[in-house]
Amino acid sequence: MNKRIGVFICHCGLNIAGTVDVDALREAVGKIRNVVYVKNYIFLCSQPGQEMVSDAVKEHKLDGFIVANCSPTLHEKTFRTIAIKLGMNPYLVEVANIREQSSWPHSKQPDYATKKALKIIKGTIKKLERNIELYTQRVGLTKRALVIGGGIAGIQAALDIADGGYEVLLLDRKQSIGGHMAQISETFPTLDCPQCIMTPKMTEVAQHPNIKLYTYSEVEEISGFIGNFTVKLRQKARYVDWDKCTGCGECIAKCPSKPLSEFNRNLCKGTAIYRDFEQAVPSYPVINKEACLYFQKGVCRVCEKVCPAAAINYEDKDIIKEEKIGAIIIATGYDLMPIQALGEYGAGKYKDVVDGMQFERLLASTGPYAGNVKRPSDQKVPESVVFIQCAGSRDPETHYPYCSKICCMYTAKQALLYKHNVHHGKAYIFYIDIRSNGKGYEEFVQRVQEEEGVVYIRGKVSKVFKRGDKLVVWGADTLTGQTVEIETDLVVLASAMIPSTGSLNLASKTRLATDKFGWFSEAHPKLRPVESVTGGYFLAGTAQAPRDIPETVAQASGAASKVLALFSNEYIESDPVIAQVDPEICNRCGYCESVCAYGAVKLNPKTRIAEVNEVLCEGCGACAATCPSGAISHRNNSRKQIFDMISVATENYDQITTKFDK
Amino acid sequence: MEVSYFPGCTLKQTARNFEISAISSCKLLGLDLTELSRWNCCGTVYSLSTDDSMHHLAPIRNLIRVQEDGFKEVVTLCSMCYNTLKQANELMKKEPDRLKKMNDFMYREEDYIPDVEVYHLVTYIKERLGYEKVRELVKQPLTGLKVAVYYGCLLLRPDSIKLDDRENPMIMEDLLTALGAEIIDYPFSNECCGSYHTLGQKEIVLNRTNKLITEARRDGADVLVLSCPECDFNLDHRQKDTLEKYPNFQTMPVLYFTQLLNIALGGNLEDCGFELNYIDPLPVLREKGIIK
Ligand SMILES: Cc1cc2nc3c(=O)[nH]c(=O)nc-3n(C[C@H](O)[C@H](O)[C@H](O)COP(=O)(O)OP(=O)(O)OC[C@H]3O[C@@H](n4cnc5c(N)ncnc54)[C@H](O)[C@@H]3O)c2cc1C
Ligand code: SF4
Ligand code: SF4
Repeated sequence: MNKRIGVFICHCGLNIAGTVDVDALREAVGKIRNVVYVKNYIFLCSQPGQEMVSDAVKEHKLDGFIVANCSPTLHEKTFRTIAIKLGMNPYLVEVANIREQSSWPHSKQPDYATKKALKIIKGTIKKLERNIELYTQRVGLTKRALVIGGGIAGIQAALDIADGGYEVLLLDRKQSIGGHMAQISETFPTLDCPQCIMTPKMTEVAQHPNIKLYTYSEVEEISGFIGNFTVKLRQKARYVDWDKCTGCGECIAKCPSKPLSEFNRNLCKGTAIYRDFEQAVPSYPVINKEACLYFQKGVCRVCEKVCPAAAINYEDKDIIKEEKIGAIIIATGYDLMPIQALGEYGAGKYKDVVDGMQFERLLASTGPYAGNVKRPSDQKVPESVVFIQCAGSRDPETHYPYCSKICCMYTAKQALLYKHNVHHGKAYIFYIDIRSNGKGYEEFVQRVQEEEGVVYIRGKVSKVFKRGDKLVVWGADTLTGQTVEIETDLVVLASAMIPSTGSLNLASKTRLATDKFGWFSEAHPKLRPVESVTGGYFLAGTAQAPRDIPETVAQASGAASKVLALFSNEYIESDPVIAQVDPEICNRCGYCESVCAYGAVKLNPKTRIAEVNEVLCEGCGACAATCPSGAISHRNNSRKQIFDMISVATENYDQITTKFDK
Repeated sequence: MEVSYFPGCTLKQTARNFEISAISSCKLLGLDLTELSRWNCCGTVYSLSTDDSMHHLAPIRNLIRVQEDGFKEVVTLCSMCYNTLKQANELMKKEPDRLKKMNDFMYREEDYIPDVEVYHLVTYIKERLGYEKVRELVKQPLTGLKVAVYYGCLLLRPDSIKLDDRENPMIMEDLLTALGAEIIDYPFSNECCGSYHTLGQKEIVLNRTNKLITEARRDGADVLVLSCPECDFNLDHRQKDTLEKYPNFQTMPVLYFTQLLNIALGGNLEDCGFELNYIDPLPVLREKGIIK
């Protein structure tokens, strides 16, 4: 029981003192039992403020203290560090948040705000009275990272960590790394092609001594915790022995089975034995079993005959590998929503209504028509193209409420590239508004509007239908208040970005937090944007939210630097403010196990008594609240402490007078 | 099989042909449409355009009548009645507080327990009989008849009551295919008919009718088929004024789906009530050899 408690009340300039009567507060706090010292100060977090606290602790021989100021996420650490310097256990320092919880929300009711601040401080004193000294635990860590997803995000993160001197496993479910960026024709706003800017990075990945590539592989299972994960990977059967294969491509050239090409978004045919694209890394092919004549009909085996390296192996099996990992970066990227759901735009019904990525392939020199734009139905050069932005985005009623963020820019780029390709062609863009807030982006859009003569129409499209061999687009021009009808050859939908199916699978396997759409959640939207809520997992790129390449790369480097910071430690220190099981009270029901979002509490397989993994536990308290027998408590948030706090919070505070009382 | 049936006002007046053809064709399908013993206004636009409970009293009262008659399901024909009854019913299922308030207000009535289901006839036929069964019962296939199907708005919006996909509905097309008709791709099936502007600003409706019928012609349709007396008035009866305003306009017969159903199932021609159709469909039906 702490009996010499000090309370330091911060004015936070006028943030607190402008609303709360800090003098009345000091007076009232001074009368509370076990409080031996109270002091007000204008900015406690300033250097003199900190020194004042430090001096007072020594002078008055305090055995614990409270700072009444802003949210503990901001300065709890500052004041606990002071305690450590003074040789006091840091868990005997508590924050009473009277800014976010009182002066700000009640700025119009100063009297109420003052009384509530007192309540908060009194409750915190009650808690501190029964706080015990806690100590962090140290565990070792494996300095080896796993990056899941080999798009530009994963590539960048892997290279940064590898350059930092640590080993990285880079995993992708596809045959090659590269992700969506490899499919793009040219990139806004500078119009460099991915072949020029990404393939060098892909080659670097392949050659880097610290990077181990696992393509055509997926995560089977992840267990363990930050610094100490065990990951099981499934390397899917490739039916090609990559140790023997030279990547010559003879087999691909001769394969008679021609399924639709996924890389070309079904606009043309590929082969059953394939690599994702010409510059694929690795360059070794795999066999698509569903399309292979040998697997489906028992005939063919052409690839085996033509392979000069005897690398084809129809008996190949999935292989499960186990790896020890210290940190995991999630870079599983995005997909585009299936446009069939956009019936009003004739999508799914008409071949010449395509999505943005299909149009990238039509533009790309590596695409189905070698970069000469033709429409899918009859390979005619489109005399005009209508682009529809926000197709499925910003549509809370029927599709996705969020903005996909990149489509304004890539639509402008696509219209420009189309005009360069078909000089006499006409391009129309329907938009809600144009979001071009990146470096050089607005200038790019203006160039498209003014120099390229692309027609921008502000309004939504209501219908796309066929008339003869043309598509007719009905829409509204909300600037002139007119309806418009445009006959066109091709319609391109900037369809909403959604989390990739790979992300959704992984989220269900790892139980990592996502938002309601399936984008991975960051630990804090502003201050911890590259960390996941669970320790040891970091986020990079569009697995977290829609974004363009520059932002993806920046975030990937951010995630990599977090991993490098983690690996610069010899051990991991765990927060001791976590759940604790009293084995004598535990009735072995296992409810705690089912509510823990982090897999931190488990019944011991032998004794069937709940045990908390101190490193995994995030201290959320869900298990403590669930435990029917009261066996789990939360350190320094014991039942007694919580009930003490509730009872002071429900006391009557009317007898306190503030300067605001009439 | 006895099926509780809510007619609504128009079916007793300008849309008699819709009602009699429905009753006759349902009989041929083995469905005995039993008119509610008592019924009142469906609530019409008033219940759709305001958010207060008052305007939902009318549709809910009708559902109480269904309950009183001992039914768990009620079938409607008119799109408007379908929409108001179904929306009010969904509201009652979703908002128990509102239901209680309304039950308290109608204290002379028995309480409404929202487990009645509201059906449009076309869904009822699909779910209860199935179109395969309908196909088996066809006596006079509609072979060679090119049909454009028109839904308008009330069968498809809002999402909570839609009969089928809002943008590419196929439910009526599938029924007519089962009857042997040839369905044409008609992208205007969910466009607006002009609705009540027919009273105040007729010009709007004439413009719509011109557009919708002309597009159906261009797509190759012989007839337009629908399920809403309001749309029917605008698209059929207003063809007279449309022709006056647009001299190049070419007329086209407009039919209720039940009229074609009745013919295909071998019902009497009198039960189609074709005398109430403004543009006479008999010539084209004769030409195709569907009727004598
Ligand atoms: C039509 C279009 C045009 C665009 N044009 C531009 C442009 O001009 N400029 C620009 O800056 N941006 C552009 N973008 C945006 C750009 O595509 C993205 O910002 C970028 O590709 C995101 O990279 P990523 O690595 O986050 O995701 P992705 O490229 O989606 O990569 C994710 C990778 O993870 C793999 N994966 C997924 N799940 C798993 C799993 N469970 N296990 C293993 N692997 C998995 C996938 O196979 C994939 O390789 C465009 C986007 C579109 C749709
Ligand atoms: S980026 Fe532009 S087009 Fe894409 S959803 Fe946002 S506003 Fe719409
Ligand atoms: S406190 Fe939270 S994280 Fe810790 S064991 Fe309980 S539920 Fe799991």
